Amino acid sequence: MAYSDKVIDHYTNPRNVGTLDKSSHKVGTGLVGAPECGDVMRLQIEVGDDNIITDAKFKTFGCGSAIASSSLATEWLKGKTIDDAMKIDNMDIVEELALPPVKIHCSVLAEDAIKAAINDFRVKNGMEAIESEKAHH
Amino acid sequence: MNIPIYLDNNATTPMDPRVLEAMIPYFTQKFGNAASRNHPFGWVAEEAVDYAREQVAKLIGASEKEIIFTSGATESDNLAIKGVFEMYKEKGNHIITTVTEHKAVLDACKHVEKMGGKVTYLPVQEDGLLDLALLEAAMTNETILVSVMYGNNEIGVIQPIKEIAAIAHKYGALFMTDAVQAVGKIPVDVNKDGIDLLALSAHKFYGPKGVGALYVRRKGPRVKVTAQMDGGGHERGMRSGTLNVPGIVGLGKAAELCMLEMESEAKRLSALRDKLQAGLTVLEESYVNGNVEHRLPHVANISFKYVEGEGLMMAMKDLAVSSGSACTSASLEPSYVLKSLGLSDDLAHSSIRFGLGRFTTEEEVDYAIEVTKTAVTNLRNMSPLWEMFKEGIDLDSIEWAEH
Ligand SMILES: Cc1ncc(COP(=O)(O)O)c(C=O)c1O
Ligand code: FES
Repeated sequence: MAYSDKVIDHYTNPRNVGTLDKSSHKVGTGLVGAPECGDVMRLQIEVGDDNIITDAKFKTFGCGSAIASSSLATEWLKGKTIDDAMKIDNMDIVEELALPPVKIHCSVLAEDAIKAAINDFRVKNGMEAIESEKAHH
Repeated sequence: MNIPIYLDNNATTPMDPRVLEAMIPYFTQKFGNAASRNHPFGWVAEEAVDYAREQVAKLIGASEKEIIFTSGATESDNLAIKGVFEMYKEKGNHIITTVTEHKAVLDACKHVEKMGGKVTYLPVQEDGLLDLALLEAAMTNETILVSVMYGNNEIGVIQPIKEIAAIAHKYGALFMTDAVQAVGKIPVDVNKDGIDLLALSAHKFYGPKGVGALYVRRKGPRVKVTAQMDGGGHERGMRSGTLNVPGIVGLGKAAELCMLEMESEAKRLSALRDKLQAGLTVLEESYVNGNVEHRLPHVANISFKYVEGEGLMMAMKDLAVSSGSACTSASLEPSYVLKSLGLSDDLAHSSIRFGLGRFTTEEEVDYAIEVTKTAVTNLRNMSPLWEMFKEGIDLDSIEWAEH
């Protein structure tokens, strides 16, 4: 199956690969997936005053679509408030990257990682974790 | 050097131009039906088919009367397994095979089970080889057929065919082998090996797609299979249908070329394969899958831990290879062959199969080593698992979310 140009672009020039300081109270970390399933995504956000995301980094073990989904997610996260970031839907990623149906779960992983990172930040900073409905599988 | 480089010769091989040349007249001038007995067009076609039958027979040490032409190995596997099951019903209803067979064998066996047969799927050892004691223990009075592949398509492991055949015969069963990956690559001799039925396919050894053969022993014992398609009774009644004359001519020519070139090719390819393997296993945490001594000369299946196979192949886009990763398969399951070696899922996901071929050059192998090393290194820098491994975190200690 051929990849879309956008997947190839994010895959060949991944944005924001890296690691933030997990122990900082400003940093939220989401680690989702499992090695047995062939995909693990770690997404981290750094949150400034006003709950605005100032930086985002990822590392992903997975297929090209999973790598592209996480790369795109980090781009979208920067500059958003954590509340707005919570609203990112996996189908937005599917649409932007033109992912085929078999790759939808790679975008789900990205959405799960975003939510996990935000909740990690929230809990660290005395806020409640937000239970959200499951993404579209 | 042409990019992308084709290193997926277990999936299919390019046709040798000499094969194409032999085939061409049989599409246009010599287009006759080999079953037309009453005019020269038919005779010419029949002669060509007979000649190809000899060429194929020679490659596997058989007699030409024992070769049944088919549309490929999927058909040959089906014909052998279902055909033996139907033909030898009175004798017994038990078939033994292994879990690492090709789907054509496994699914034909599933079909046999639906028809009331009993099938034992033997596990393999960690290196992919069948444990002969396990086979012997599984044999019963009801066992009519043992079907074990010659060389595995994913890891290249070569089974102890002669020993397996001897066990089958000791208990009065027939021995069938899917030799698709071995024929034309290493010496295969139906008599020396004790093979009663053998499936082969032209497109795996530089012939055309859509044509293959089933070898069916005629002497000691005389083996018969029930036809799986009804029709004009071609191929000694075992496989009806107008013969694919150009394809069969191509199969014959491909067999002849392998016969001539196999020995030197096997040497050349195993040297190149060993170079590739040595060049890649210098990478930390890389593992060769399957037995490396009993292995086809042109195959290396290597897992690069902490990177996922499909992502890796995307980074190696100048190379055409394949992976056992779940992400590449429609079912999202990693390779059942690698899993049956007891490989953990994450290693199965990280595997790449390199399949060299007649047209692979040393320059291409050198390039493949560089491309692969760079890709693995880059992807590891992007892999959270690699980072954890480097930090000394035990990945098994992490509670992964179910997915
Ligand atoms: C071991 C094995 N058996 C059977 C087949 C099926 O062969 P064919 O493509 O001729 O149907 C293949 C090829 O995919 C194979 O590798
Ligand atoms: S991570 Fe497996 S298909 Fe995308």
